[in-house]
Amino acid sequence: MKTIALKDAAAMIPDGASLLIGGFMAVGTPERLVDELVRQGKRNLTVIANDTAMPGRGIGKLVSAGLIARTIASHIGLNPETQQQMIAGKMAVDLVPQGTLVERIRAGGFGLGGILTPTGVGTVVEEGKRRMEIDGRSYLVETALRADFALVHAFLADYDGNLSYALTARNFNPVMATAADTVIVTAEHIVPVGVIAPDHVVTPAPLVDYLVTNE
Amino acid sequence: MDAQTIIAKRIAHELRSGMLVNLGIGIPTLVASHVPKTVRVFFQSENGLIGTGPIPEEGMAHPTLTDAAGNPVSALPGASTFDSAVSFGLIRGGHVDMTVLGGLQVDSQGHLANWMIPGKMVPGMGGAMDLVTGAKRVVVAMQHTAKGKPKIVKQCTLPLTSLRQVDLVVTDLAVIAFPNSRATLIETAPGITAEEVIAATEAELVLPDHVQQMTL
Repeated sequence: MKTIALKDAAAMIPDGASLLIGGFMAVGTPERLVDELVRQGKRNLTVIANDTAMPGRGIGKLVSAGLIARTIASHIGLNPETQQQMIAGKMAVDLVPQGTLVERIRAGGFGLGGILTPTGVGTVVEEGKRRMEIDGRSYLVETALRADFALVHAFLADYDGNLSYALTARNFNPVMATAADTVIVTAEHIVPVGVIAPDHVVTPAPLVDYLVTNE
Repeated sequence: MDAQTIIAKRIAHELRSGMLVNLGIGIPTLVASHVPKTVRVFFQSENGLIGTGPIPEEGMAHPTLTDAAGNPVSALPGASTFDSAVSFGLIRGGHVDMTVLGGLQVDSQGHLANWMIPGKMVPGMGGAMDLVTGAKRVVVAMQHTAKGKPKIVKQCTLPLTSLRQVDLVVTDLAVIAFPNSRATLIETAPGITAEEVIAATEAELVLPDHVQQMTL
């Protein structure tokens, strides 16, 4: 694990990169990293996230700046700009049921090829997918999801990279921290090693590659 | 009493102490305001909270304590927070006793469409497909008609949320259940006759010998 300045962290991300971005309606989204991606004007990004938040907050800022070419999300309903860009053909949007989305990412992080879920059987979500019957119940085969980078926001981070999260700002963050080639973390507070009790660590240090310094 | 209050108050009678309950956005959210005083339920917010309490008073909101729409909530004593994999494990795994969701259409067998209108409104399904597929009991809270058109139809023309049939539909006019996969009129709202419900419903309704009046 290395500490890194905000601008250097964003500079590692090339145009065209795929990003897992934590947060739920912008709660628990690494807002400073998002701002810096906008400032550096990254192009053609693929964003995998629960939602695209709302204009002016979290991932909504990437949408407004026109930086996203493709979104994989469960909900875009609170961001009319996402819907406009989708209808105008500027952004491809894959809608995935929320429970399926998080399990696909978990599979990607935990060495599984995918998961079997009853969610979506017999709906438009099934199109193009395999259905399996197991013990008399139908399931869809949903493949694993990974990305080049995971952008994660924690409440506490220590200098080894151990993370804990605040209340509902946890959401997709710990799962995403398992499923990218490079994991970049921002935190509300960076504390000395040992301050977060072992049984309060949610994301163990070896999963984190870079911790953005708080300046 | 307005339509939304009728629906919310009637659904509140379905709550039992100890239940884990997930409320969707819109009319379902209002159910939390009508929980009988003797009943203690756990409300789940699918963004990762069990023990969701009322909207906090001015100055008491916290940016990391929010509901599934991103709005501030409170956490009651005994609350817990967890990640999205746990949250949807609870939902899909049958640990949620009851979910209350809004609806665009429900068909005569109890199939629900509530997540998109092709070409008009594509918000995404969010957690709705997992909730309808996995919750032990699915209750739909919706107005009986939209702009005069029935929402309880012979067959859904909008994309389905799940093949799993819902258990109960509560509207401003009626309560409808689906025994043997057939829409059955169980109760009418105060001052509403069975004939009025039938006239506002496209699906064929089974009429039991005694249609009760809603208790509110």
